[in-house]
Amino acid sequence: MRHIAKLAVVALLLTTAACTSDDGGGSSGGGSGNTPGVTDTEILIGTHMPLTGPAAAGYSKIAPASKAYFDYVNANGGVHGRKINYKVMDDTYNPATTQQVVRELVLQDKVFAIFNGLGTPTHTGVLDFLKTNRVPDLFVSSGSRSWDQPQKYPGTFGFNPDYTVEGKILGTYVKTTWAGKKTCFLGQDDDFGRDSLIGFEKGLGAPVAAKQTYVTSNPNVGPQIGAFKAAGCEVVMLGTIPGFTALSLGTAAKIGYKPQFVVSNVGADPTTLTRTLGAAAPALLEGVVADNYLPLNTDDGNPWIQLFKKVNAEHNGNAEFDNLIVYGMSGAYLLVQALQAAGKDLTREGIIEAVQKNGFTGGPGLAPLRYSKDDHSGYGGMRLTKITGGKAAYFGPTYETDEKDGPVQEYAQQPATPPANGIPAAS
Amino acid sequence: MTDLRERAPAKVPTEKGKNALSLYRHLALMLLGAVVILALSYALPPFRNYQLATVGAYLCVTAGLTVLTGLNGQLSLGHGALMAVGAYTLAMTQNKLAGQGQWTLLVAVLAAIVVTTAVGAVVGLAAARLRGPYLAGLTLAVAVVVPAIASTFDTTFNSDQGLSVSVDPPPLALGYDFPYERWQAWLAWAGALVTLLFLANLVRSRFGRNLTAVRDDEAAARLAGINVARTQVMAFVVSAACAGLGGALIAVLSQSVSPGAFPLTLSLFLLMAIVIGGLGSLAGALWGAVLLVVLPATTHSLTDSFDVSAAVAQRLEGNLPLAIFGVVLIVVMLAFPGGIASLKKFLPNAKKLLPKRKA
Repeated sequence: MRHIAKLAVVALLLTTAACTSDDGGGSSGGGSGNTPGVTDTEILIGTHMPLTGPAAAGYSKIAPASKAYFDYVNANGGVHGRKINYKVMDDTYNPATTQQVVRELVLQDKVFAIFNGLGTPTHTGVLDFLKTNRVPDLFVSSGSRSWDQPQKYPGTFGFNPDYTVEGKILGTYVKTTWAGKKTCFLGQDDDFGRDSLIGFEKGLGAPVAAKQTYVTSNPNVGPQIGAFKAAGCEVVMLGTIPGFTALSLGTAAKIGYKPQFVVSNVGADPTTLTRTLGAAAPALLEGVVADNYLPLNTDDGNPWIQLFKKVNAEHNGNAEFDNLIVYGMSGAYLLVQALQAAGKDLTREGIIEAVQKNGFTGGPGLAPLRYSKDDHSGYGGMRLTKITGGKAAYFGPTYETDEKDGPVQEYAQQPATPPANGIPAAS
Repeated sequence: MTDLRERAPAKVPTEKGKNALSLYRHLALMLLGAVVILALSYALPPFRNYQLATVGAYLCVTAGLTVLTGLNGQLSLGHGALMAVGAYTLAMTQNKLAGQGQWTLLVAVLAAIVVTTAVGAVVGLAAARLRGPYLAGLTLAVAVVVPAIASTFDTTFNSDQGLSVSVDPPPLALGYDFPYERWQAWLAWAGALVTLLFLANLVRSRFGRNLTAVRDDEAAARLAGINVARTQVMAFVVSAACAGLGGALIAVLSQSVSPGAFPLTLSLFLLMAIVIGGLGSLAGALWGAVLLVVLPATTHSLTDSFDVSAAVAQRLEGNLPLAIFGVVLIVVMLAFPGGIASLKKFLPNAKKLLPKRKA
């Protein structure tokens, strides 16, 4: 009995201590003057990225590239005198881990915002959490239509063109170029694949002849590609991440099946695919049609590529320069634009206001950004690419469209050139 | 109650008296646990509360597993899958009922326990016919099949992306600014404490003695009139129910379920946790649950504090927790074969602080 009495006293003491500490916690949490993650000298930004796991091929290079660009900005004085501190957490492309690491970033590290969190299945799971904690969720690294729900998720903004927009543009191209050919679709078994298919069929104006899905936890697409071969598909659209694009191309070649492949931009970076496919890559990739909305890594004459290569050499250990590095730096550039626009008095509401107000022209993108109160989707269009000799190159005009039934039309405006010092100016 | 306790050792207690005694004792311990958790939930910052809640959810599972493996001698590598059954049941029930009030959560949790119990009974029926490696193989298969089921019936389970779980915010009666993570800790530990109370009484009962009798010598148990097969199936069913509750709580905490949350490694980690904690003891289950949450977190901050190149950090990430778990397992097994829970034998003072009837 003595033990229990002793323990009861301890518990009582604990409770008292807890009650007093709670008062302190309550007042600091409710303070409106200080924004989480922002000091006079620093802004803490967090993200979740697949640094390991099934989606790490290629995607693991995005966050270091963004970080390199932030370091470049920091070395040149930062944004409104504050340096950007970018904390990257590995979620292995596993939605359960994403839950854990995003909570840690928000509750423990008290980040100002989540930036460029990667993945449709992963990021979908943290939308509600970010909303309840009023954390700005900027420029999600995925093209799901879920990010564009300003009523439901007022703090979430997309970056990639949504997969439906992309699917419509690719579908329209397939319809006009390969009219009458049997067209089929392989997609990831989540919102990514489904949105992509919806857009692709809209563009085609007809349902696809055969559709298959894959899951990232099962690295085998033999049955799916076999089914396409058996069905006699002549054009195959892939709504796949890089690892599975490579797997699909390789599997098709293995069974002697040679359709025309059309690939979503998220899974079509030739450098990443070449790394996975090895020596056979040039032959397997020849003629693959894809799309993009940022400058291509091989376009040495482009001033953006020159800028990003310089940043890559100075701050990223001169990593192999592929389109995912371009992607990471372009996203980082957009965040710096947003931070510049939000002004010196940085608050969470302030940056959301700033993003909704700005079209953010002057960035590296080919297509328009249309952020507003009612539109939180990312880039509104893209330009087609074709791979020849292991290198992708743009052809034809840039197209823009919406996720609904709007027409696919040309977007004539020429892309901007970067500012002389490579850092967006304060507005 | 105090009278009972102090008088009891003086005379030879009857069977009934003994049971009542341990019931009171367990009730008191549970109340004490509740007070401690309550205090902790107010003292800790939000993220620590979330981790505390996760410990509670894991504790349900490790407690059930340690009864099955430690006391009944049945090895299960499939408890992660049973958690998944509970989690998916909760998600689907809760999403059907959502928005009608807090009671839906209780209904969903109960549904999760019932469904997992049923699945556990089926697996247990098969398991009771198998021994050693064959039993491990069967339960392993159960763990492996989860992602395949989720992607085969993708219209129901939504494949790798999983389902999101709509959970109501804390009741308004607790105040408008009541932290969500504290509420989560309360929910998870309510489940954990009820589980512990239930199991603590169960292992002290006739059924509990049957469990150990069957573990130690099946033939002897059978000669003593114990139905061996039934005891084994029942042990599996009880353990599955606990896993179902734990899975349901995990789903509530993360507000989502996906196959990735219940990989094979989770099942292996659960087993390692109860072995490190101390096989067969509920205190060991608590240590195991704490380790499951604390070790990955510590290793993460450990890798963060090392100033290594990005490439090395990337390779360490994800593999390091596994390695550290393994090292801890080896060290604990070498130094204290009884697990962390047996440590207090070496610390006479600690024993006074942690009253436990079994010396």
